[in-house]
Amino acid sequence: MWKNLMDWIEYRLPIMRVANMHAIQYPAPRNMNFWYMFGFLATIVLVNQIVTGIWLTMSYNPTSEGAFASVEYIMRDVDYGWLLRYMHSTGASAFFIVVYMHMFRGMIYGSYQKPRELLWLFGMFIYIALMAEAFMGYVLPWGQMSYWGAQVIVSLFSAIPVIGQDLVVWIQGDYVISGATLNRFFALHVIALPLVIVILVFLHIVALHEVGSNNPDGTDVKRKKGSLKEEEKTKFKIHEYYTSKYDIIDDVVPFFPHIVLKDLIGFSVFLIVFCYIMFFNPGMGGYFLEHPNFEIANPLKTPAHIFPVWYFTPFYAILKAVPDKLGGVIAMFAAIIALVLLPWFDRGKVKSWRYRCGFHRWNLLIFAAVFIFLGYLGGTPQANWKIVASQILTIMYFAFFFLLFMYSKNEKCKLVPARITE
Amino acid sequence: MSNVSLDAHDSSGTENQPQDTGRRRFLTVATSVVGGVGVVGAAVPFIGSWNPSVKAKAAGADVEADISKIQPGQQITVIWRSKPVWIVRRTPELLASLASIEDQLKDPNSEQEQQPVFAQNRYRSLKDEYLVLVGICTHLGCSPKHLKDGAFEEYVEGVPEGFFCPCHGSKFDMAGRVFQNVPAPLNLVVPPYKYVDDNTLLIGSSEGDA
Repeated sequence: MWKNLMDWIEYRLPIMRVANMHAIQYPAPRNMNFWYMFGFLATIVLVNQIVTGIWLTMSYNPTSEGAFASVEYIMRDVDYGWLLRYMHSTGASAFFIVVYMHMFRGMIYGSYQKPRELLWLFGMFIYIALMAEAFMGYVLPWGQMSYWGAQVIVSLFSAIPVIGQDLVVWIQGDYVISGATLNRFFALHVIALPLVIVILVFLHIVALHEVGSNNPDGTDVKRKKGSLKEEEKTKFKIHEYYTSKYDIIDDVVPFFPHIVLKDLIGFSVFLIVFCYIMFFNPGMGGYFLEHPNFEIANPLKTPAHIFPVWYFTPFYAILKAVPDKLGGVIAMFAAIIALVLLPWFDRGKVKSWRYRCGFHRWNLLIFAAVFIFLGYLGGTPQANWKIVASQILTIMYFAFFFLLFMYSKNEKCKLVPARITE
Repeated sequence: MSNVSLDAHDSSGTENQPQDTGRRRFLTVATSVVGGVGVVGAAVPFIGSWNPSVKAKAAGADVEADISKIQPGQQITVIWRSKPVWIVRRTPELLASLASIEDQLKDPNSEQEQQPVFAQNRYRSLKDEYLVLVGICTHLGCSPKHLKDGAFEEYVEGVPEGFFCPCHGSKFDMAGRVFQNVPAPLNLVVPPYKYVDDNTLLIGSSEGDA
């Protein structure tokens, strides 16, 4: 009976075929370590954001008169409203933490290199859409930081020569940030950008499964058809979509259940940290929810210090480091575009930092440190030494890409093992 | 016919059908152009709806300000187009001091178009005594603070009074002129305004406007 029903459906909709191809019989390198759980975690956080977001819209009022009060209403009067909101706000910061880890994983193991350039591009498009999504979401509570943060970000566009001022008025729908701006940001935040992000995530996964997962050794587990002896091939059942085109070496495990179970261990650790923050410290000392945002938006009173939320502060520091308005905006966008173009800055053939030169390892570690330090500079009050520091760090940020481009052409790498080593 | 096509509409490779490639290209281009025009036309309402509404434009109308009760040295704020507009009544000593700091300013002669023509002078105003400014920093739109009675000296030595932007540290003198080495690129904006009578300012339009 059950089998008949499943066959009836399968004949009309390829549920099992897709499940086999993309999970149960998907060949995943067996040495995927903890760095490989962040994509899985990002997917779960995305689901969390969508579900809690839908529930929040049920009580939220997207008008400049009612927004702030409706967030208080959610927090105080709606049953479990506080929990849904904190799941959403903590989820936003968690999203960026896992995405930054996911990106750094890609950088250290060379997961952006050929043939995964398009995979990296889709990932970066997700990241950019996510930044727009987070920015607009932060405006919705209509607190002081919502308002003035929006003011700062929207007026970035006024730096564009000639059309800048008109463009800002067009984006705002008014001569200043107003209820009209709030309303359209709400529409973009709850409908347009989530749709874009979900479609991009779908394309990201399709592109991943087409080229296959990289691994910490950077060794290819898919070999030319007919190049492997029978005993070298994996004994696991791998979907014929892959085996018909390649010989799969005995270094893979099926994604489900092997990798999924490993990811679930990571997920449980993640949940402990996530729940601790959500229940005991949802504001995270003013970093996840900034203190001025507990006050309603007031267009006539600028808060003493304006910072974006922590995940934007590295780019904000770059913006402030350049003593010219248009130059600062260009530097900030260039910082993001440089990351997008990473597959073309790196001319190396060896993927993983395990087998690349020591200079490359230091370059990556220093880049990560520079990014974090820029984040600190962009998220703390102004001081004279910080301007100089952020100028030096901005140069170091771009130097990462320049140096990578220079040394990767004729880099002395170690021999990459033919088989996965661990 | 050895080449059996599964797609009945696929005429490529069928030798017995005459192909008019010129005619086909014309039709492809013509439909693409018509379709493109349609897409552009359909985009107009979607892009246009982001413009300020009639209501928003009405809210952007001129406002009057009563300046009869401002004491020397005092600043009042009125709202014009939802933006803060400052009106400061400057003392003669303050006006006299404005010349001495001009070597520290980016644009002391107001050469950049940040003011109506009538305000392109040292005091950036119609009547020297009253300074009228849009109170929004030209860097990223924060609202600078009016620091007086020596409070500004913390930021610029020897200058007791000025405007300081808490967001990114931009500094302006008491004519709204920007200091050097700060992020703000331009002097503060002087809005169009005129005197209806000695005690009343009209902000939003100036002499000569319709």
